[in-house]
Amino acid sequence: MSESHANAPQKVIFEVLRYIPGVDAKPRMQSYEVPAPKGLTVLDGLLWIKENLDPTLSWRSSCRMGVCGSCAMFINGLPRLACANQVAHLHSDKIIIKPLPNYAIIRDLVPDLEPFFAKHAAIKPFLIRKNIEELDNPTGEFFQSKEELVNYIQFAYCIKCGACLSACPTVATDDAYLGPQALAQAWRYIADARDEGAAEREEEIFSAHGAFRCHFAGACSEVCPKGVDPAFAIQLMKQFMFKKKLGGCKEQHGSELAPPVENWVPKKEYPKAPEHSL
Amino acid sequence: MRESTLWFWHIIAGAVILVFLGLHMAIMHLDDILALLGTGYANTVSAATVFARSQQTFFMVTYIVLLGAALYHGLYGCRTILFELNIGKGLQKLINWVFTLAGVGLFVYGTYVAIYLYKMKEVLP
Repeated sequence: MSESHANAPQKVIFEVLRYIPGVDAKPRMQSYEVPAPKGLTVLDGLLWIKENLDPTLSWRSSCRMGVCGSCAMFINGLPRLACANQVAHLHSDKIIIKPLPNYAIIRDLVPDLEPFFAKHAAIKPFLIRKNIEELDNPTGEFFQSKEELVNYIQFAYCIKCGACLSACPTVATDDAYLGPQALAQAWRYIADARDEGAAEREEEIFSAHGAFRCHFAGACSEVCPKGVDPAFAIQLMKQFMFKKKLGGCKEQHGSELAPPVENWVPKKEYPKAPEHSL
Repeated sequence: MRESTLWFWHIIAGAVILVFLGLHMAIMHLDDILALLGTGYANTVSAATVFARSQQTFFMVTYIVLLGAALYHGLYGCRTILFELNIGKGLQKLINWVFTLAGVGLFVYGTYVAIYLYKMKEVLP
């Protein structure tokens, strides 16, 4: 065996779901042979196909480092980020890629995330305060202790990739179900000591298609690429509601404004922050 | 908030079932052990013992409570499964009515039987 041949990368088959509206009557699978050098991610493979074999192949991707959540796909039977999964780690010479299940397909590997973001918006994913004046004309920062941060921080790691909804068995049968992402985000804000909006969100999250439809299959937590545990958030939310019914929950009072920092001396080793440009 | 109230009672009914079904299981299936403790019946499933139990206030009350809890818990569970099948609002309303009527009807009938047996004076042969 010659040296060049010995160093040639192994080849893998990418079997990709193709669907171009107006051209394809229904989705079909198409195979591509892709060289797989060490470290090749599924996203790298797709980019190689687009550059070398088939420029019509479509998908979403952006950051290439597991931060933006754009490239979530159904890879070898599980929803995963294409950029965060190396071909070698999938332990198969055939990589089967489909768009995320439980969403309509726009084209090829591009799912329609419109319902996903509508559900996210429905739970009001922002701090709600009774004192609107302070929000409109802020005079300081709302206080939050390190312990209070721990109550919700893991749910704030959500990158909105949509993988959890595609793994959820309840979403598979009930389109209207809010789903693990929106519910976990609702809990992220309810558990935030600075928030006062639990009552405003309750109508949506405890509706007929809200938190009570979760069967605790736990598939959402299993597939989350950022290690968020939405199933846990939903159980905490149910517990919150149960305690409230028993009269064991105090009314939410958002934290007060933090006192201004006094006697603060900037460290010499740190460079000065640039002036505001806007 | 109606849904959270329904769900709240579903959980309460589940806890009630856990206690009373546990009691039922202990009496019906752990009779040998209970007999050793001096609390069991000789033959738990014979007609005479069933009748004797039914004439005690404690059992009459537990039968009614267990019946109510089991009906509510079970019917709410079935309703949840049906609601997840993407059915329309009209059908959801129909299911609510059918299940409510069926639940209330079965509860009234079961309660009537429990009270009837409790008040019955004549012991079965």
